[in-house]
Amino acid sequence: MSQAKEVLSNPVFKNNPIGLQILGVCSALAVTSNLNTAMVMTMAVIAVTAFSNLFVSIIRNHIPGNVRIICQMTIIASLVIVVDQILKAFAYDVSKQLSVFVGLIITNCIVMGRAEAFAMKNPPGISFMDGIGNGLGYGVVLIFVGFLRELFGAGKLFGYEVLPLINDGGWYMGNGLMLLPPSAFFIIGMFIWLVRTFHKDQVEAPDFELAKNTKKEAV
Amino acid sequence: MSANNDTIGKTITVTVLLCVVCSVIVSAAAVLLKPKQIANKDQDRKSNILAAAGINDPSKSVDELFAQITTKYVDLETGKFTTDVPAKYDAKKAAKDPQLGKALSKDADIASIKYQAKVMPVYMIENNGQIEKLILPVHGYGLWSTLYGFLALEGDLNTVVGFGFYSHAETPGLGGEVDNPNWKALWPGKEVYPQGSMEPALGLIKGTVDSSNPKAKHQIDGLAGATLTANGVTNLVHFWMGSNGYAPFLSNLKAGGA
Repeated sequence: MSQAKEVLSNPVFKNNPIGLQILGVCSALAVTSNLNTAMVMTMAVIAVTAFSNLFVSIIRNHIPGNVRIICQMTIIASLVIVVDQILKAFAYDVSKQLSVFVGLIITNCIVMGRAEAFAMKNPPGISFMDGIGNGLGYGVVLIFVGFLRELFGAGKLFGYEVLPLINDGGWYMGNGLMLLPPSAFFIIGMFIWLVRTFHKDQVEAPDFELAKNTKKEAV
Repeated sequence: MSANNDTIGKTITVTVLLCVVCSVIVSAAAVLLKPKQIANKDQDRKSNILAAAGINDPSKSVDELFAQITTKYVDLETGKFTTDVPAKYDAKKAAKDPQLGKALSKDADIASIKYQAKVMPVYMIENNGQIEKLILPVHGYGLWSTLYGFLALEGDLNTVVGFGFYSHAETPGLGGEVDNPNWKALWPGKEVYPQGSMEPALGLIKGTVDSSNPKAKHQIDGLAGATLTANGVTNLVHFWMGSNGYAPFLSNLKAGGA
C-alpha cells in the first residue's frame, strides 16, 4: 500500500503538475478568480484524471501503439463531456461560470500526460490513485491561487464577505488586478518559488549564466 | 503491449470498439441529463426575470413565484402582441434567422447588436387586467461583451422597478460593477421617458447624480473607471426603449391596447 500512498501524495508537493512540470497553467489562470469555481474545477479534473487513468490502464494491453494517443484522447474526451453534462445538470450556476473551461479539460496536459506516462505502464488500481494524486496536485494550486485572488480581489471567501469592500461601505479597497487572469501568473510564480525553497532539489540548473558587466562607467 | 496489437485488424477492432463504447456513454449521459439541464436553464431565466421585477420571497420556489407572471410575445415593428411564434421560441437564435430576425443598419444600431429578433418575449404581472409590472429583455454591447439583462417597468410604463444583467463579461471591479447591488438600487423610481415624449432619456452620467437637478429622474450614477461599459448600458437602454425597440409597443399599451 505504500506505493499507493506515494503516487497519491507525491504529486501534491514533491512533483506537482503545475509547480514542477508547469502543466495545465491555462485553466489555472482562468478559473481561480473565486474559490467556488476553483473547487468545482478541482473536483472535475480529479474525476477526469482518475477515471481516464483507470480506463486507459484497463485496456492498456490492447491499445495499438501507433494509435495510442488517439485512444487516450477518445477516453478523455468522453469523460470530459460526461462531467460537463453532469455539472450542467446538478451545478448549473457554477457550470455557467466555468463555461468553456470544463470542456478544455480535454486539452489539459496533466490528464493526457498521466495517461501516457503512467496508466499505459501500470495496473488499473495504482493508475487510478495516480490520477487522483495528480488531480489533487492541480487542485492544491488552484485552491491556493483562488484563495488569494478571491480574498484580496473581492474581499470574500466562498462568496462570504471577509474584508468589507469600500464599494459596499466597508474599508477594504479591492485589488482589481487580483480578479483578472494575469494575477494568477504572479501567484503561481510565487507558489513555485515557495515550494522550491522547501524542496531544493526542484531548482533547475540555469541554462546559461549571465555575463558579468565589465563596463564600469556609463556609456 | 505485445507486438500483435499493431496489426491492422487489431487496430481497427480496438478503435471501433472503443469509439462505440465511448459514444454510448456520452449519448447516454446527454440524453439522461437533458431534462434536468433544460429545467435548470428555465429556472435560471425565471429567477433573473423575478430578480429584475424585485420579487424575492425565499419561502417560495421560483416556479411558485413565476406563476403570477404571464409571458407574451410582441412584434416590435407593429408594437402589438402576436401569437405567431414557433414553439420553444428563442429570441437570441431568431435574431440571426433570415425569417425571424433582421439586420440593423449602422445608424439604427446604437447598442451594437447587429441583428435583432422581430418578435421579443415580454413578461407581465397583471392585476384585474391592468399591467402592474412589465419586464422587458434587453441586451447590448459594453466594452468586452454583450450584456444581457431585464428592465422592469411599473404599470405607468415609464417608472423603472428594477434592472439587472444576467450575463456579461465586463472587467471585474470596473464594468463588472453593473452587478453591484448598491448600483442596481439606483434604478428603481427613475423614469425612462420625459413627459409627453417617446424618446428615452434615461441613461448613465459621469460621476454622481445631483438630486436637485431637474433631469435627475432620468439619470443614473456612472461607473467609475468604466466609461465604455456605462456608455454601452446607456446605449442599450436607449435602443430598446426607442423606436426600434419597445417604444411602439409601449405607446400602444398606453393608448389602451396592443
